Amino acid sequence: MKELEIDIDDKSFFESRGFKCGLEIHQQIDTERKLFCHCPVGLTNRRHDAEILRHMRPTLSELGEYDGTALMEFKTKKEVIYRLYRDRTCTYEMDDTPPFLVNQDAVDLAMRVALHFNCRIVDELHVVRKQYLDGSIPTGFQRTMIIGIDGWVPYKGRKIRISQLNLEEDSCREVSDIGHQIIFATDRLSIPLIEVITDADMKNPDEAAEVCRLLGNSMKAAGFVRRGIGTVRQDVNVSVTGGDRVEIKGVYKVGNIKRLTATEAVRQIGLLDLKKMFTGRFTSPEAVSYKEENITSLFSGTANTIGCRLESDQPLKVVALYAPNLRDMINTPLQPGRDFGFELSGRVRVIACIDTKPNLFFLSQKERYDIPDSLWDTITRSLPCETNDDIILVCGPSADVATAINEIKIRIGELADGVINETRQDIKDGSTDFERILPGPDRMYPDTDHPPVKITEERVTKNRDSIQEQLWVKQERWRKLGLHEEQVAALSLSKFLDLFERLAADRAVNPKKAAHYCADVMVGLRRKNVHLEYADAKKLYTLLHRALVEDWPYAHIKAALIALSQSGGTPDDHYGTSDFDTLWKKAENGFATAKTNGSPDKFRRYITGQILREYPDRTADVLEKITARLSE
Amino acid sequence: MNDSNFKGYKGRAKEVLQALGGRVWANVILKTNEGDFDGVILPRSETADGDHIVLKLKSGYNIGVRADRVREIKETSFKEAIYKIPEKEFPFSEDKPNVTLLGTGGTIASRLDYRTGAVIPAFTPGELYGAVPELADICNLETLKLFGVFSENMGPEQWITLAEEIGRQIAKGVKGIVIGHGTDTMHHTAAVLSYMVQNSPVPIVMVGSQRSSDRPSSDAAFNLRCAAYTAGHSDIAEVMVCMFGPTSDKYNLLHRGTRVRKMHSSYRSTFRTIGDVPIATVTPEVVTPIKTDYKRRRDDKDVTVKAVFDEKVSIVYYYPNMRPDIIESLIDNDYHGIIIAGTGLGHVNKPLYPALKKAHDKGIAVFMTVQTLWGYVQMYVYDTGRDMMELGVIPAANMLPEAAYVKLGWVLGQTRDPGKVKEMMLTPVAGEITEREPFDGYLILQGGIPEVEDFLSQRYR
Ligand SMILES: [Zn+2]
Repeated sequence: MKELEIDIDDKSFFESRGFKCGLEIHQQIDTERKLFCHCPVGLTNRRHDAEILRHMRPTLSELGEYDGTALMEFKTKKEVIYRLYRDRTCTYEMDDTPPFLVNQDAVDLAMRVALHFNCRIVDELHVVRKQYLDGSIPTGFQRTMIIGIDGWVPYKGRKIRISQLNLEEDSCREVSDIGHQIIFATDRLSIPLIEVITDADMKNPDEAAEVCRLLGNSMKAAGFVRRGIGTVRQDVNVSVTGGDRVEIKGVYKVGNIKRLTATEAVRQIGLLDLKKMFTGRFTSPEAVSYKEENITSLFSGTANTIGCRLESDQPLKVVALYAPNLRDMINTPLQPGRDFGFELSGRVRVIACIDTKPNLFFLSQKERYDIPDSLWDTITRSLPCETNDDIILVCGPSADVATAINEIKIRIGELADGVINETRQDIKDGSTDFERILPGPDRMYPDTDHPPVKITEERVTKNRDSIQEQLWVKQERWRKLGLHEEQVAALSLSKFLDLFERLAADRAVNPKKAAHYCADVMVGLRRKNVHLEYADAKKLYTLLHRALVEDWPYAHIKAALIALSQSGGTPDDHYGTSDFDTLWKKAENGFATAKTNGSPDKFRRYITGQILREYPDRTADVLEKITARLSE
Repeated sequence: MNDSNFKGYKGRAKEVLQALGGRVWANVILKTNEGDFDGVILPRSETADGDHIVLKLKSGYNIGVRADRVREIKETSFKEAIYKIPEKEFPFSEDKPNVTLLGTGGTIASRLDYRTGAVIPAFTPGELYGAVPELADICNLETLKLFGVFSENMGPEQWITLAEEIGRQIAKGVKGIVIGHGTDTMHHTAAVLSYMVQNSPVPIVMVGSQRSSDRPSSDAAFNLRCAAYTAGHSDIAEVMVCMFGPTSDKYNLLHRGTRVRKMHSSYRSTFRTIGDVPIATVTPEVVTPIKTDYKRRRDDKDVTVKAVFDEKVSIVYYYPNMRPDIIESLIDNDYHGIIIAGTGLGHVNKPLYPALKKAHDKGIAVFMTVQTLWGYVQMYVYDTGRDMMELGVIPAANMLPEAAYVKLGWVLGQTRDPGKVKEMMLTPVAGEITEREPFDGYLILQGGIPEVEDFLSQRYR
């Protein structure tokens, strides 16, 4: 594959291609109870007390047909398992009891955030249902309502528009998604969440990241939000001229947004180039003359040689799909280290549930696999290839292979459309992988289980009076203290903003120097793995306060800060590497004693379950770590 | 403008819509002093206040705008919602059994109108095929909508119509009957049909849904598939209720019509067989019998339909300190029969005795059942029970109160002779009285107990 270079700092490149980005920030708010039932809010790392099994079925849409997205998700026919926790979930979360009246504390908190962002508050709240068929919510829909509309935040002398601020229930945590079974933990389900939706007003990847941070910090400044890992997640919408809106879902780290949005824009530009190639070669998607051959017998007894380690009661099937005049397109890089073949593989993973990677084997990339050349020769004898033809091997349970072949053809055919309106998930190194086709506004309908909620003007006024100082108001104050524009900007995005406010409140402290440490020095130290955000806040304040009042030399302060940071540790300590190892060993032993005949897949499932139990809110990271360890 | 333009609106909201030219289904720009709203005006729920106008915004969300704020309404387009499900022809195949689905008004399958959130029922075979295409793999389906009433409005008139229609369908030679029914009173209808339709040669399967079919998590499609399978393929020729076994999507239970009861206001697995075990489990592919003493499917058409009902029957749920005037008012209103749901083994307090005697003397049939639901009436154990029997109160063994209530109505529809009434009430027709209660006929697992939690943690419940 050719290497793909992306200069994520090249603002003018992205602006010239019509880069547009909008954000949807999901932030848990700090209430005692959940949104539509009386369960306490909080995650658990205990073992579940019971499990239920459900399926999601698409409902008939307006046209009386199952809509495309719904049908696609139904194609995957997943068993959905929900884990229940006595102290965190009740029959509401199981979808066996209708909602109770909405949590009024949550409504007030959401209203304050909406007012903070200059929104108009709606006069009467209407709970609506937003359909999700991925199983992440047992009802199959999320209950959500608009609290405010038409807000804005100031950014670089212009207004970033906030079209909507919603109050909604959080979804389940995914525990694992393997083959035809997906497991969810229900503790997070129905925790009150606010969703802040901006217009697509960000014009380059830097702006996307900065505005995201500004909104996040503003909400923290406004108070009332839950802190901690997993309490804030953002969906990022990206499009370029000629492309379509693609949503990158569930981005936990704001730090990834710049690279993710840049990569996504480049992926879309690549797809637009492929569109030209495809439509130049084929009059229509149907004009591609595929050939298929069942080559299962070639692999009899040796399925392992192509890495087909699927655990299945059904016999495995291997099919070779001949894809004419597509080799160069399949090998066109769209993201760093990932080509169009990767897009095909993502679809097959989601739609056909063939998820042991590699799930597709391309003749054009045969050096990547342990398939002997003699086998490829046998295949190409019956499916002869010209230079630009390719062959794709698909291996899995028979029904899934048929779904996979069909899906590959659909995805190749979609090249004629350029960018597909889809949801993607954040994977490693700033790339994304297919998650599902994007649902439209048609998937919303009123919740007949909940009456409208009237919001009185007195209530709005009361909430308006109690909101915290807005970040941009603080910024005005800082300017008056004599801070430079760069310092104001850096401080706004700094994790040490509150610390600065406390220091600057003392007239004996030089605000510019305080800002220098809070916005600059300590942020810089983080890049050298000195993490003061984990240090004891009181000690940190005392140290800096004294240092600034007594005017210690820079080197002195820096040394003291580094020394202090030792006590707090690094992110790795907070998500202990050593702990991980211990857990891994424990799980390994447990598996060996419990199930002596376990397959690698069972092992993976077991290990995943055991370790995730200890890190309930670190699902994505832990899975990544487990995958890495398994491949060692 | 006519009133359908203001569907559900009243008070100030309606005045404003009328004055400013707004109407339901119009896409409008609604101008207020604080800013504009762009959306479709939706009908308003009749029970909501008269102060707000409901708008569906472009994002799909709904909001209510205080009518007093609105200065101007500018209609940009108009499109009325159409309530219709496109039909697809239900495929017929020679090798599949013919099944008739009788509709009573409960919606089993439906589609959603996303504009309004209205649920539009799917009922004709074509509509059902569109909604649940898997049905075509199970049977050839015909449908007949008898009436459209909510579950709570089902009554003698509907029961009689239903029983007679079942008779006609059997005479026509169908291989099974499915009855779509709201779940709230499904067990009343199941019991009464068990008496009215006797000796059926084919399965009669009642089905409904606890989560409406406009939800992705609905139990409707699974219930319908299980019911159709039971009707077309099982050899159980009885009146049954076919609903979720566990709350997980695993299998349904087939409950005998006279022993089943809705036991939870909202769970999927709300129907339970009381005082016995269910007849069978069922999936859309297989029926697995639990009991063996059920009536078998036959090839003849010899069904007996006795569709009668005396409406002057009541059910009295006893509570401590109940006054005799409750019973007396039934006597004064010329009731013919009373079912008492008594405490414990079947008791009421002494102050009621004179009223009960008066009822008996007036020829009113009085039967005792237990509000504990499980267990038999036993009036010999205590003096109070013996006293009551002397007053003419007849113990009704382990008949469920609702099953006894509809049976008494059915019996009184045939005779008012006290001896006959007693004999018919105490002679089981369809398992409403059983001679034995099996050890696992009463099983309410108590949560929190270690062995129960252990059991729950190992199963999809
Ligand atoms: Zn709850």
